[in-house]
Amino acid sequence: MTAVGLLEAEWTKIRSVRSTVWSLLTFVVVAIGFSALISTVISHDWNSPGNHPNHARLLTDPTAVIFGAGLGLGQLAICVLGVLVISSEYTSGAIRASLLAVPHRIPVLVAKSVVWAVLDFVISAITVFVTFFLTTAILHSHVSISLSGPGVTRAVIGAILYLTVLGLFALAIGGLIRHTAGAIAIVIALVIVVPPLVGLIPGTIANHIHGYLPTVAGGLVSQTSQQPADVLSAWQGFGVFCAWTVVLMAACGWLLVRRDA
Amino acid sequence: MTSLPVAEVTGLIETRELTKRFGDKVAVDHLSFTVSPGRVTGFLGPNGAGKSTTMRLILGLDRPQSGSAMIGGRTYAQLSRPLATVGALLEARALHPGRSARNHLLFLAQTQGLPARRADEVLDLVGLREVARKRVGGFSLGMTQRLGIAAAMLGNPGVLMLDEPANGLDPEGIRWVRTLMQQLAAEGRTIFVSSHVMSEMAVTADHLIVIGRGKLIADCSTQEFIERSSERSVLVRTPDGDRLRELILAEGAQVRPEGNGGDDGVASMVVTGLPAPRIGELAASASVVLHELAPRLASLEEAFMELTADSVEYSDRSAR
Repeated sequence: MTAVGLLEAEWTKIRSVRSTVWSLLTFVVVAIGFSALISTVISHDWNSPGNHPNHARLLTDPTAVIFGAGLGLGQLAICVLGVLVISSEYTSGAIRASLLAVPHRIPVLVAKSVVWAVLDFVISAITVFVTFFLTTAILHSHVSISLSGPGVTRAVIGAILYLTVLGLFALAIGGLIRHTAGAIAIVIALVIVVPPLVGLIPGTIANHIHGYLPTVAGGLVSQTSQQPADVLSAWQGFGVFCAWTVVLMAACGWLLVRRDA
Repeated sequence: MTSLPVAEVTGLIETRELTKRFGDKVAVDHLSFTVSPGRVTGFLGPNGAGKSTTMRLILGLDRPQSGSAMIGGRTYAQLSRPLATVGALLEARALHPGRSARNHLLFLAQTQGLPARRADEVLDLVGLREVARKRVGGFSLGMTQRLGIAAAMLGNPGVLMLDEPANGLDPEGIRWVRTLMQQLAAEGRTIFVSSHVMSEMAVTADHLIVIGRGKLIADCSTQEFIERSSERSVLVRTPDGDRLRELILAEGAQVRPEGNGGDDGVASMVVTGLPAPRIGELAASASVVLHELAPRLASLEEAFMELTADSVEYSDRSAR
């Protein structure tokens, strides 16, 4: 049993089911499509009076505007696939075949995480760069956004890293819950339902809780500049998101070894 | 048929005081037995007796509360290339339905550092070459069973553990599995196969381990099991049933009425624990007329049901 063999095996697993292709295709199309659509609308309505807040945001935090729509929605496909990568083994029973082949179990989780993270990183990098160059080209006649702008390159790299860690965050929850539907519901709730609800609670404590929520903190690294309401800096936020993921992943590994398969 | 040598690890399966509880329910109860190489060992018990759980404990999928299970002196987790030592077929549907048969075998081969062609070899072995690239979600239960057997044979292991392998197979498939198991046992491998169908085991297994409610009921050769089970019952028909019953009970044997017993004044009863000649002598000594005295070769199925009657998990007793 070698590390290479385990990585090969996980790669065979992930490439040989259709949900991988469909989820990633959905992610790429939704992310690029929505960002392009929003940019086109902004560009088209540039001179109409209602559009001013976007202008201001485009100058201070351009990546939040150009990534916001597309990645905000597209990331749900990453969440779904991250859960499926492990939960589908439990719901189908294939996990038993996997654990019979690798009885120590933890190497399965590590190899699975590595293969998924690399795939997620590569697809996210392509998507983020295409989104960036496409939307900046659409907005070119109104506002000039380039990688050399302050914080822009960090935000672009940050968006890719955020999506990669998000995939692992979803995988950890999938491995903890072991039921596809339940795990997807929890991940999506944590990503898009809980943050705005917590954000509605007034007061500085609630504001801090909101700031430390996994994807709220994690998303900061894809912003060009820190906004007044943000309680963490870009890299601090990313660190908090990574910490959430590490803790969940450790719990997932601990339970994987302890629970009956 | 196979291109790799049989694994050198000796294939003795040994459980000692193995115990597994799920909540309040004891699934496996201080179970100790040994499964030897070179023969087919049948693992029998009614549904819910704990057969699958025992297999999962041996394979390290479930953790026992106490006791141990070893294969060739090592726990499953201690095997360096498990699939090259032990091949297992558990519930057949334990596959991702969207994956092709070949990809299922390919990823398993990769974990063990086996070449990809090994996947094709075992697909040939079980006759699934033509559907190798088809998604297993569309397979019949019989095809899925064959794929499970292919997966078990992937590492050419010295030990095979098969949980109800005949499930879903047609008669031709059942014969194929039986021949394969006997052939593999003849090569010196350990074959441990569970079933709840006694008649199937009677023609397949050399040795039997019978459990009920997680406890060991019998551990003997199939031959011995058959002889022990079929000798004991005798059908007797007599017009003087009450008198004969007393005589038999006085000898310490058991009597139970057979069929609708007392029609036309002739009682039918089944005697266990007393040989036919002795019943004849008893009847003669008391001048009881016998209309019939027939040693019954109880079917194996009956013997098995009798043996496990007290340990059936789900019975329809209330309906009788």
